[in-house]
Order: sequence, then C-alpha cells, then structure tokens
Amino acid sequence: MSAVGLSIVVILGVLIGTLLFAAGIIWFERRLLAVFQERYGPNRAGPFGVLQVVADMLKIFTKENWIAPFADKAVFVIAPGIIMITTLASFAVIPIAPAILVSDIDIGLLYFLAMSSFAVYSVALAGWASNSKYSLLGSIRAVGQMVSYEVFMGLSLMGVVLMAGSFSLRDIVEAQAGMWYVVPQFVGFVVFFIAGLAETRRIPFDLPEAESELVAGYHTEYSGFKFAMFYVGEYIGITLISMMIVTLFFGGWQGPFLPPFIWFIVKTLAFIAFFILVRAALPRPRYDQLLSFGWKLMLPLALLNLAVTGGIVLAVGK
Amino acid sequence: MWSILRTLWITFRHSFHARVTVLYPEKKRRLPARWRGRIVLTRDPDGEERCVACHLCSAVCPVSCIALQAAIDEKGRRKPDFFRINMSRCIYCGLCEEACPTFAIQLTPDYEMAEYERKNLVYEKEDLLISGTGKYPGYNFYKVSGMEISGKGKGEAENEAPPVDLRSLLP
Repeated sequence: MSAVGLSIVVILGVLIGTLLFAAGIIWFERRLLAVFQERYGPNRAGPFGVLQVVADMLKIFTKENWIAPFADKAVFVIAPGIIMITTLASFAVIPIAPAILVSDIDIGLLYFLAMSSFAVYSVALAGWASNSKYSLLGSIRAVGQMVSYEVFMGLSLMGVVLMAGSFSLRDIVEAQAGMWYVVPQFVGFVVFFIAGLAETRRIPFDLPEAESELVAGYHTEYSGFKFAMFYVGEYIGITLISMMIVTLFFGGWQGPFLPPFIWFIVKTLAFIAFFILVRAALPRPRYDQLLSFGWKLMLPLALLNLAVTGGIVLAVGK
Repeated sequence: MWSILRTLWITFRHSFHARVTVLYPEKKRRLPARWRGRIVLTRDPDGEERCVACHLCSAVCPVSCIALQAAIDEKGRRKPDFFRINMSRCIYCGLCEEACPTFAIQLTPDYEMAEYERKNLVYEKEDLLISGTGKYPGYNFYKVSGMEISGKGKGEAENEAPPVDLRSLLP
C-alpha cells in the first residue's frame, strides 16, 4: 500500500476510533460512577447497557434544533464546533503505537498545548453568544479558570521536555524506555493532572457547568446536536488528557508481553477510570478558592519543578 | 491534599460494597401486609359483599375519588348500585379503610396498575370486588350489628340479647 494510502487509513482510523472511544467512555463513566456509588448504571439497553449510548445519541439527534432568538446566531453555532475541531486535531500528534501516529512533527507537545488553548475560545464564545445570565456566568468562570490553569499546564511539561531533550511526542515516548518519567517528574505529573482536570472542566473544576448551581452554565441554551458536541467534546477532552498523561509520564505504548496498542489503551483506560473516581469523590471548591489554588500553589510548584529539573539536567550534563 | 487522597480511597472502597438497587421487575421488594396499595372491596366469610354503601369512605376521602350509590337488595341488605374509584386521583392514604365500618374497603400491597389510557384508571365495582375476605378473615358485619335482614331478626346477632317485650315489664 502506498504511503499516502497508509496515512489515510491511519488518519481515518484515529479519527473514527477516537469518536467511538469517546462514545464508549460515556457508557464507561456511567457504569463506573454507579459502581462507586453502590448502584447499577444503565443495564437495560443491550447487554450491560452498552446500547444506552446509542439510545442517547438517537435521542439527541432527533431533538428540535432550537437557537435562542436572543442569541448571536453565527457564533452560537460555531462555538461547539471549535472545541470539537481543536480537540480532535490534537489527536494527530499522539503516538498510540510505534506504527500508529498520524503526524510526527517535532513540536508535537507545543502543538497540543496550542490546541488546548483554543478550548477557551469555545467556552467563552458559547457563553457570550447565548446572551443569557447563566451562560454568561458559566463562561466567565470557565475563561478565568482555564486561562489560569493553562499557565502551569505548559510549565509542568517543560520538565519532561528537558529530560527528553525534544518536543516531539514520539521522542518523549522513546526516551522513557529506561524509566517512565512519572518517577523523576512526579510533581510535574501531579500538576499536569490537576491542570488537565481544569482544562476539560471536569469535577472538581466544573464550576462553569456546575450542574447544581448554574443549571448548565455556558451550555444552558444549547440543545440537540450542538449540546451533543459539547457533551461528547468533554469526553474527547478527557480521553485526550489521559492519552497525554500516558504518553508523557507513563511510557506511552511501552510494556512487556502485550502488543503496544493494547498497553496504550489499557493505560489510558486506567487514567480515565481515575478521572471518573475523582468525579465521584470530590466536592467542588468555591471559585476564588479554585483560582488561588492555581495561582498560589500550583504555579510556584510548577516553576520549582522546572528549576530543579533544569538544575539537575545541567549538573548531570545530558 | 491528604483529605482529598483519603476521600478518593474511601470512594474507591465503595466499589467493593454490594449494590443497594433492587433490579425491578426481576426482583420485587417484600412489602408489609399493611402497605397501602391497590384498593379492593372484600366479601364476608359467607361470600356476600361487605359494603353497605354507607358513604363513609367517600366522605372521608381527601381527594374525593370515591363515588357510589346505595340500593337495597331483595334480602333487605344495603348494597352499592355502583362503586367507582378514580385510581388516578387516589392518594393511597388509607383513610377510607380506617373509616369503613364493615371492613369492606381495604388497601392491599399491590402497585402494578399502570395503564396507557387515563380512563382505564377509573375502577368500577367489578374491578374492585374480590372473592375473598382480604385482611380481616372472620368478620361478618351483619352478625354483630343490630339490623334486621332476611334470615336474622332483631336480637339474633352475636353478643346480643333478644329484645324485651316492654308490655311484659308493666307492674
């Protein structure tokens, strides 16, 4: 098969696989949340409830396509598209297996950070274009939170870059052949995990949607397919952050006995399960507590990690 | 941070506890006998209807869901001509069961009454009447009341003395 043909197969495979995987994560989250809460999740539609996602998607596609008459129509429609496009675009640089990598650019990590910055646009535009109070409050909180936590998301990864000597994600995975970076860069891992929770607006950082406080925050006015894009976009974001954690700190596709692809999926699922456990367990902090946690604790910690890593790398003379 | 990690561990431990859900309809919860569910009209141990159409149940019903009309049958017993309960209005409070003097109307531990059309939720006497005695097996109202019906004259009820002829008391 020609190189172009193979690339197209890989691209389509990653794209469709990601969408299907994210839909499957919806089922996984509902069942796992139920396990943590001593109840059953959906178990009626299909064996173990796996067709529940299909039922949900059918329901959402048949909903009325209503755009609020007081909303800014063009921006309102574009906003969920932005988050879907940028999050899906980030999957292009993730090395899922030695053979499955859509694009091996040498600034893969920077590309990922740039794409995750776009998510702020989507939330801000969604809340602003909705032209309603709950949406505006939700998007104000979202913008403040995401911009604050983005700062040290990038900084926490610089330690990994220093140790690997490259921004290319493939090089970072291959540089972990001796020891996974979670061991020397544990602080960086914790900071990146927390920043990832905040970027995907996941509990405990879900004040922008805050189901019990703000109706539905910035996506209050959304229904039907546009809401489905936000909803599935959240799960795609979780999948993305989990895959990035696995790639940057847990050796990507490396592991004994099993094929690399299986290892990657197993590790990603383990982290997604941890995301879900965090959702099940933790309460939501107040907005000012959230921001002061980010600026006063996480940012100095990330800078300290970077300084110490830089010092040690310089001293060891890599 | 320590409390957060402890919370995560405690929540994780919950995944090993048994689930509290009862998977209806494969398994149903055991209900006590006094559980206030579907309303029935019962018969006495001889097989006759207990209801004497006294209207006490419809008077006490807080949502006025009971409608009935009295009639006297050939044996001199009062019976309801029609007895209609609107089960979609009924709140299953049990006040009618408490008010009934003959233990005719009773609430049973049954709740599976779903219907597709609202008019099918209005139960007539033939839907409510059961062939048994319900929760009070030995009770026959007419055996303890003083009313005269065919087959039982005045003074022939249980714990009742025959009526005294007043003229025989004269000095």
